[in-house]
Amino acid sequence: MDFSSLSPVAMIVLLIGAATPILLAAIGELVVEKSGVLNLGVEGMMIIGAVCGFIVAVNTDSPMLGLVGAAVGGAIVSMVFAFLTQYLLSNQVATGLALTLFGLGMAALMGRSYNGIRPPRMPRLEVEGLTDLPVVGRLFFSHDPVIYGSLVLVFAVWYFLNRTRSGLVLRACGENHEAAHSLGYNVQLIRFGAIMFGGACAGLGGAYVSLVRVPQWTEGMTAGVGWIALAIVVFAAWKPWRVILGAYMFGGITILQLSLQALGISISGAYLSMTPYIVTIVVLVIMSADRKKASINAPACLGKSFHASH
Amino acid sequence: MSTLLEINGLSKSYPGVKANDDISFAIQEGEIHALLGENGAGKSTLVKMIYGLVKPDEGTMVLNGAAYTPAKPHAARASGVSMVFQHFSLFEALTVAENITLGMDDAPNRKELSAKIRSVSQDYGLPLDPDRLIGDMSVGERQRVEIIRCLLQNPRLLIMDEPTSVLTPQEVDTLFGTLRKLSADGVAILYISHKLDEILALCDHATILRMGKVVDTCTPKEETAKSLAEMMIGGELEIHAQTEFNPGADALVVKGLTLMSDDAFGTSLKNVNFTLRKGEVLGIGGVAGNGQDEILAVLSGEEKVEAEMVRLNGEAVGQMGPNERRVKGLLSAPEERLGHAAAPAMSLSKNAFLTGRIRKKLAPGGVMKSRRTNRFAREIIEKFDVRTPGIHVAAKALSGGNLQKFVIGREVLQSPQVLVVNQPTWGVDAAAAASIRQALRQLAADGAAVIVISQDLDELMEMSDTFAVLSEGRLSKQQPSEGLTIEEIGLMMGGDLEGTHHAEA
Repeated sequence: MDFSSLSPVAMIVLLIGAATPILLAAIGELVVEKSGVLNLGVEGMMIIGAVCGFIVAVNTDSPMLGLVGAAVGGAIVSMVFAFLTQYLLSNQVATGLALTLFGLGMAALMGRSYNGIRPPRMPRLEVEGLTDLPVVGRLFFSHDPVIYGSLVLVFAVWYFLNRTRSGLVLRACGENHEAAHSLGYNVQLIRFGAIMFGGACAGLGGAYVSLVRVPQWTEGMTAGVGWIALAIVVFAAWKPWRVILGAYMFGGITILQLSLQALGISISGAYLSMTPYIVTIVVLVIMSADRKKASINAPACLGKSFHASH
Repeated sequence: MSTLLEINGLSKSYPGVKANDDISFAIQEGEIHALLGENGAGKSTLVKMIYGLVKPDEGTMVLNGAAYTPAKPHAARASGVSMVFQHFSLFEALTVAENITLGMDDAPNRKELSAKIRSVSQDYGLPLDPDRLIGDMSVGERQRVEIIRCLLQNPRLLIMDEPTSVLTPQEVDTLFGTLRKLSADGVAILYISHKLDEILALCDHATILRMGKVVDTCTPKEETAKSLAEMMIGGELEIHAQTEFNPGADALVVKGLTLMSDDAFGTSLKNVNFTLRKGEVLGIGGVAGNGQDEILAVLSGEEKVEAEMVRLNGEAVGQMGPNERRVKGLLSAPEERLGHAAAPAMSLSKNAFLTGRIRKKLAPGGVMKSRRTNRFAREIIEKFDVRTPGIHVAAKALSGGNLQKFVIGREVLQSPQVLVVNQPTWGVDAAAAASIRQALRQLAADGAAVIVISQDLDELMEMSDTFAVLSEGRLSKQQPSEGLTIEEIGLMMGGDLEGTHHAEA
């Protein structure tokens, strides 16, 4: 078997690309869950972001404006979810699932006339001198701005949650919404904001698929990445840094199985395609094995509706 | 000493009950003032009004010579009134410092706050590490967090609602030390409790509430536990005289029952032993959270233990689930009415079906017999005077007291051999409570064995043949109720599980 075609550097570059949509969607969902809301509509918000980003980018010929459009589109659909769950107290699980189905249908409708078009190219951030360095240049200085931006975003989320008073209040809402309310915080409003942030991040993740990864528009092109992002949040035990780890690990397995398929290994491609998901399930099971620990990390009010009774 | 807070004629009514009726008393600066009364005497309503959580219907308060009408807890805190609740409002996944920040109106930055927490907590003998997670702390340590949160805001009056009900004896000592120190520093403390020995040991003055009224005031140091108890209950503490108590064969024997709680906030049961005979009513007293819920769960079959730990008519049933035990005649009615004893959204007839299915044969062959079920539900409603428009009303639509009558009636009418009830008359009006007690006594007179778990000592004294106290998951020696004095019971509650009969002998 010839493994020489599997250059580690090339694979790492590829895996970062594969991981970025997951990373973006997962860090947004992490904030949502930290505020105590379970939004299962990540997939729907991503596909809306993918199509909005694509439409804006094609029409303005600017990939950057495309990203903005994707974030706005994702945030707008998430507001539907936020309004239904926070003010009409609809069930979060059912509403989230509905949001995914709605998003998939809506995106298909919006993108009908955009099939087969190529979007404008996302520029790479290349630094004179550094990018040409062997190994290091390709690993660190050959990516597009979104990849750098996604890592900055993770840091920003970590800083916000752990170092600012607003972040503390947001976590408090996720931990014990009754107590947060009795201390005078507006639980619904805080959660509304968190959900919109999650929607914007998911939208960005979707646009990264349609503008950079693929790049074109096809129906259902996010292909389950939103669900993986949800799993990654649990895998990360709601810690921002571990979201990077989880997303890159998943990206790595995806790239590895693609490379193995390309090598023509005698295992059926179907099995290899399953591996990232099987690994995700196994990791989730291991993570939840220690129930006491898992319950300390999870926001205690995750998925519970809050109604201010007094 | 000058007067800090003066309360003049405060009244508060809720539908159907006058929770507070023309209450007046005064608290001096730096004094520890006890508010003493039974459950439901109106203590909580009163302090909620002082803390701005509830608005009085009538009456005025004067704080430091100025009219005091807090609209919100925020306003109360701004005026120097702080409160430590019985149930803490803390965030488990957050650190001590984070929790305290969240509750402060103008919090300093992290470093400053941490330093302040350290110094204040040291000063008052309640050392706290600002960086620890609340989730890792014991209940006593959590209470410290609440107290320090109050102290950081320099209160003039600190209200403590049954602060020791969740503490170990050592923690109680530490707390008392802190409270005395605060009092010496000029902070007034309003101390709510029904533990007489604590009030004797700690408080300068006591105001006694009964049925929403101030019935007496006293200086605890000049009183005894017995006289305080009599003021609280009104008249002689009535120890009922059992006309006839001729217990039959052993019905339920619990031996060496030990259960580690997997709930972080549960109480583990430690070597619980008792024997319940046919025709006997065993009263189990004690402060809530000392293992009452756990013991009910073990007896009902929700929690399985080693088979021999629980024997029903000689048969080891510790491993059986609730339905198997129902077949054998061991029934139970838990404290939490909605969600535990009854499914809130289901109709009364469906709720009657849920526990009555086996013994009342409501679903022979697995198909629910609607007419038989409805008849059973109607029987409960009639015999136990449940006020409801009909059997198709959802359980959650009933008032607490009415649902309680339904829940108890449902079990009593299944003619159990052993019935375990937790807080059978909690939230039930006096007349209905009397009829529930009567029904349970009658059940015993007819040869069944009954366990009544309650925090209402009067109720237990009135009903029970034998009596024991749960304290931190241990059960005291089972003693005849007749001749027990409130002092002896108080000692048992404080952890003297052998009972004073022994000590004196």
